[in-house]
Amino acid sequence: METLERILAEHPFFAGLDARHIQLIVGCAANVRFDAGQFIFREGEEANEFYVIRHGKVALEIFVPGRGPVTIQTLGEGEILGWSWLIPPYHWHFNARAVELTRAIALDGRCLRVKCEDDHDLGYELLKRFAHIVEQRLQATRLQLLDVYGVHS
Amino acid sequence: MIPRPYRISRVHRETADTFTLELTPVQEDGTFSFAPGQFNMLYVFGVGEIPISISGDPGNPGTLVHTTRVVGTVTRAMRKLKRGDVIGVRGPFGRHWPVTEAEGNDVVIVAGGIGLAPLRPALFHILSRREKYGKVVLLYGARTPEDILYRNQLSRWRAQFDLEVYVTVDRATGGWRGSVGVVTTLIPRAPFDPLNTVAMVCGPEVMMRFSALELQKRGVGPDNIFLSMERNMKCAVGFCGHCQFGPTFLCKDGPVFPYRRVKDLLTIWEL
Ligand SMILES: Cc1cc2nc3c(=O)[nH]c(=O)nc-3n(C[C@H](O)[C@H](O)[C@H](O)COP(=O)(O)OP(=O)(O)OC[C@H]3O[C@@H](n4cnc5c(N)ncnc54)[C@H](O)[C@@H]3O)c2cc1C
Ligand code: FES
Repeated sequence: METLERILAEHPFFAGLDARHIQLIVGCAANVRFDAGQFIFREGEEANEFYVIRHGKVALEIFVPGRGPVTIQTLGEGEILGWSWLIPPYHWHFNARAVELTRAIALDGRCLRVKCEDDHDLGYELLKRFAHIVEQRLQATRLQLLDVYGVHS
Repeated sequence: MIPRPYRISRVHRETADTFTLELTPVQEDGTFSFAPGQFNMLYVFGVGEIPISISGDPGNPGTLVHTTRVVGTVTRAMRKLKRGDVIGVRGPFGRHWPVTEAEGNDVVIVAGGIGLAPLRPALFHILSRREKYGKVVLLYGARTPEDILYRNQLSRWRAQFDLEVYVTVDRATGGWRGSVGVVTTLIPRAPFDPLNTVAMVCGPEVMMRFSALELQKRGVGPDNIFLSMERNMKCAVGFCGHCQFGPTFLCKDGPVFPYRRVKDLLTIWEL
């Protein structure tokens, strides 16, 4: 049987973490599933968790007045969804919607924030990893704005 | 080298701004053979001559296939041509994709927009010798679902067990249920062994620059990443100096280069 602990310990995102820290993280983890079309979170709501996507596909959307929701990126298997739980004021900046049946591990952000305050080594390790996720999202957004396939480029 | 007359045997509209021409020689003057990644100079009589990559199957050189995107004077005139019209062809020119050198390795093909056209012959070549390669992965990014080239072919390839095809668009429109994001976002999760991979990348230069960086982040060496530098050309044979960069002529030393060789060129806009 695949335990949550093993799945998380083997995930590249958590690579290099102490067994002790993995234990702390697993204490805040739960398996979740979302049906196609279901919202995982919505822009403006409080951000109190993040997800390790195991199967499926999730669309990150922003709401554009007059146009409705616009997908700016999709995330799939193995990717990390959500970083707003770690950065005050802990509100989501996007909608996340399952495009198809999606299974994930949800990590309770409130629980993790407390553990990070208690154990700054854990806090620093998580911050380093999430800084990388934020950088990836920024880079992807930047490339989209550049219109990389356009005629002028 | 004088252009040889070719008759348009088929015109196929791919997307709103791209079309494919199939050409057959007006006079039987021996067979035309080319390597994947080579280009021809196509001459629209009375308008001008432009370099366009050959996008057909190198195993079937009887028909010359070119896919062109309309950007300016010559491509606009070319789009108006019909079946039966004649154009001039010089070629083939340039260095090809390293399809032979890649044997025994995984192959990752990263295409952006019209960049899929010059890479298609490499895919035809590889798929006709499939047993010689490890994993073969095609990562393709287009602006919107309507801009996706070779739709039917992509779905046939996707149904194949020995080729992994991933398509993503910048902007989802209509009922698109696939991936959204630029093509570089596909690189971290694509199934290939970076230490044993040859990557072939073609698209606008920004896209190639960021794809090469992302491939290197995954661990692909700069000598195993190949790009096609499709900048303006005139003579295509290293005479006019139009495409010269230091000692390098993009037309005859390229358009396909290992990344290391053109890395610096990617941040210089005009030659
Ligand atoms: C080796 C090589 C292979 C090519 N293969 C293909 C192909 O398979 N399909 C295809 O559609 N195009 C291809 N191109 C690009 C094609 O040659 C140009 O789009 C074409 O020359 C434009 O001619 P035009 O007279 O219509 O445009 P122009 O009136 O000359 O230019 C209109 C606009 O297009 C820009 N432009 C011109 N040439 C290029 C270029 N080479 N790259 C980017 N922007 C350009 C100009 O800066 C200008 O903004 C290739 C180019 C090279 C060098
Ligand atoms: S196009 Fe004339 S030298 Fe390259």
